[in-house]
Amino acid sequence: MPDTLPENSVGLVTPELYRFEEPLTLRSGKVLKAYDLMVETYGTLNADKSNAILICHALSGDHHAAGYHSMDDKKPGWWDVCIGPGKPVDTNHFFVVCLNNLGGCAGSTGPASINPDTGTWYGPDFPVVTVRDWVNSQARLADRLGIQQWAAVVGGSLGGMQVMRWAISYPERLRHAIMLAVAPKLSAQNIAFNEVARQSITADPDFHAGRYREHEVLPKKGLMLARMVGHITYLSDSAMREKFGKVSDELKQASLNLGRDLRAGKLSFGFDVDFQVESYLHYQGERFSETFDANTYLLMTKALDYFDPSVDYDGDLSKAFAKSDCRFLLMSFSTDWRFPPERTREIVTALLKAGKQVSYLEIEADQGHDAFLLPVPRYMQSLTTYLNVVKEEVGA
Amino acid sequence: MRADLDIIRNWIEPGSRVLDLGCGDGSLLRYLQDNLQTIGTGLEIDETKINACLDKGISVIQQDLNKGLQNFESQSFDTVLLTQTLQAVHFPDLLVEEMLRIGKNCIVTFPNFGNWRARLHLAVKGRMPVSEYIPYEWYNTPNIHFCTVRDFDVFCHDKNINVITRTVVDYKHRDSWFIRAAPNLLSEIAIYHFSRTPAV
Repeated sequence: MPDTLPENSVGLVTPELYRFEEPLTLRSGKVLKAYDLMVETYGTLNADKSNAILICHALSGDHHAAGYHSMDDKKPGWWDVCIGPGKPVDTNHFFVVCLNNLGGCAGSTGPASINPDTGTWYGPDFPVVTVRDWVNSQARLADRLGIQQWAAVVGGSLGGMQVMRWAISYPERLRHAIMLAVAPKLSAQNIAFNEVARQSITADPDFHAGRYREHEVLPKKGLMLARMVGHITYLSDSAMREKFGKVSDELKQASLNLGRDLRAGKLSFGFDVDFQVESYLHYQGERFSETFDANTYLLMTKALDYFDPSVDYDGDLSKAFAKSDCRFLLMSFSTDWRFPPERTREIVTALLKAGKQVSYLEIEADQGHDAFLLPVPRYMQSLTTYLNVVKEEVGA
Repeated sequence: MRADLDIIRNWIEPGSRVLDLGCGDGSLLRYLQDNLQTIGTGLEIDETKINACLDKGISVIQQDLNKGLQNFESQSFDTVLLTQTLQAVHFPDLLVEEMLRIGKNCIVTFPNFGNWRARLHLAVKGRMPVSEYIPYEWYNTPNIHFCTVRDFDVFCHDKNINVITRTVVDYKHRDSWFIRAAPNLLSEIAIYHFSRTPAV
C-alpha cells in the first residue's frame, strides 16, 4: 500500500449510489421495479457536458476503475493503468464514469441485494440480465448525470460488448466506440468454459440452489474452481511460461522450462500442489471466492453467452450497425485465445460492410486476453493518440 | 503538399468514399478529407504510420495487402487508391483485380522503371538503378515488382482495364509536354486512373 499516492493517480475516490425508481423491463420480459447503481467518477464534467467517457467493466470488474478508496488499499482500481491525469483516458480533460452493472456484487442491485418483495436476498431469483439491459440502465444513468452524448464509450471483453450495444441501441448518444479484446459473440468453446465454471459453482454442496446466504455459508470451493478455469483462459501459454518459468533447479534454462517451476523445489509424489502454476491458480481462486458473489458470477457468464446483437438482424451483424453514427476503434491482442484477433476482425468486417468509420489495430502482446488490462506500450500509445483527437473534437 | 495529390484530387468526387491501400501516415486521406470532404479509410501495416493516421483523425485498419482484401465488399468504395505501393506487393495483378472489385474506379501511382536514367544506370554501369526516387540497393529494396509505363499499358489492355486518364511526371510530380512526348523514357512516376471496362 502506498504512503503517498502516485502523481498520475486520480487519488482517493468515493463511489456514489444512484437510486432509480422507474421500472426497467429486461430482455427476458421480467421487470426490475427499482434498482441502485454504484458509480464512480473521475475528472470534471465541462459546461456543455461534452467531455464524458463511459467505462464498461468486464466479467469480474466493478465501478472502481481507478484510484484508491483508502490509503490502506493494496491495489488501485482495475483500469488504473489507463485512467488518470496524463494517462490515455486523461482525467485532466475528460469526465470519466464507471459503474457496477446490474446483477453485480459491488453495490449495485444484484443477487446479494434484498428483494423488496420477499424481504430476503434475491439470490437465484434475481433475473437474468443481458448486455442490452445493462446498456439501458447505463443510458438512464447518463440521463441522470445530464450527459446527452458520451465523447466515448470504452470497454474490453464483456465491456467491449456493452460498447457495441451502445453503438447499436443509442447511435446518437456516443461519438466514439472503443472496443478492446472483443468478439461479436461467444464461440462454442467460450460457452463451454463458461458452463464448466457454472457447473463448478452449482455443484458445490454449499451452493444450496443459490440460497447459500440463508444457510449462512458461501460456495467458495465452487467459485474458486470457476475462477481458476476462467483465469486459464485469460492468460496465454507464453504468459504462463514467462510467469512460472523463471527459476528452476532441475532445468537451468528458462526457455526449456515451459513455466514448470516447482513450488517446493522438488516433486511431492502426492496429489498436493507441486508446481507454481497450481499454487498461483489456487491463490487467485481463493482470493476471488472471498470477495465475489457466486450468483453474480453465474449471471455474468450468462450475459456473455447470450450476447449476439446480430440475432435481431437475420444473423447479419452489419445490419445491426446500420444506424450507428459514431466512429469506431477496435484493438485485439496477438496471444489472446479467448477472443483472438480474427474474432475482433469479424466486427471490423461487419462495420466496413455497414460503411462505418473504423480503425483497427492488432497489438503484439504476450499476456493473452488480460493484455487489455495491462500497460502494453503500443496499446497505451494508440489509445492516447486516439483520445487526444477526441479531446480536441469535443473541446475537452 | 505533395504534387501528386494535386493531380489525384481532380479525379475524386467531393464527398465520395475513398479507400487508400498502403496509406502511410494518412496525409493523402487527410488532404482529401479537408479539401473534398471525402469519407476515407486507410490500410497500413507499419505501426508508426498507423499511429500517425490516428493522430490525424484518419480511420486506419492494420492489414497486410499481401493477405488479400476479402473483408471488403464489392463496389463498397467510390475510389480505391494505391500510391507508390504496387511495386512492393507480392501479387500486383491480383491486387489490381481486387481494387477493381471494391472500387468503382481506381488510382495507381508507381515509379516508372523505363525511365532513361534507370535504363542508363543498368546499360552503362551494369548495376541495378539507384536514384533519388528509388533510393534502395537490390538487396534491401521493398520493391519486388518493378514495371514500366509500357508494361502497365499492356497489362491494362490484357486485363480489359479501362484507363480513364494516364499522367506521367518526374519524381517531383512535375508534368510537361516534354515528358508526355516520350512517357516511357522520360517519366519517373506514372499516375493511372482506371476502372473496369463496362461490359459491352
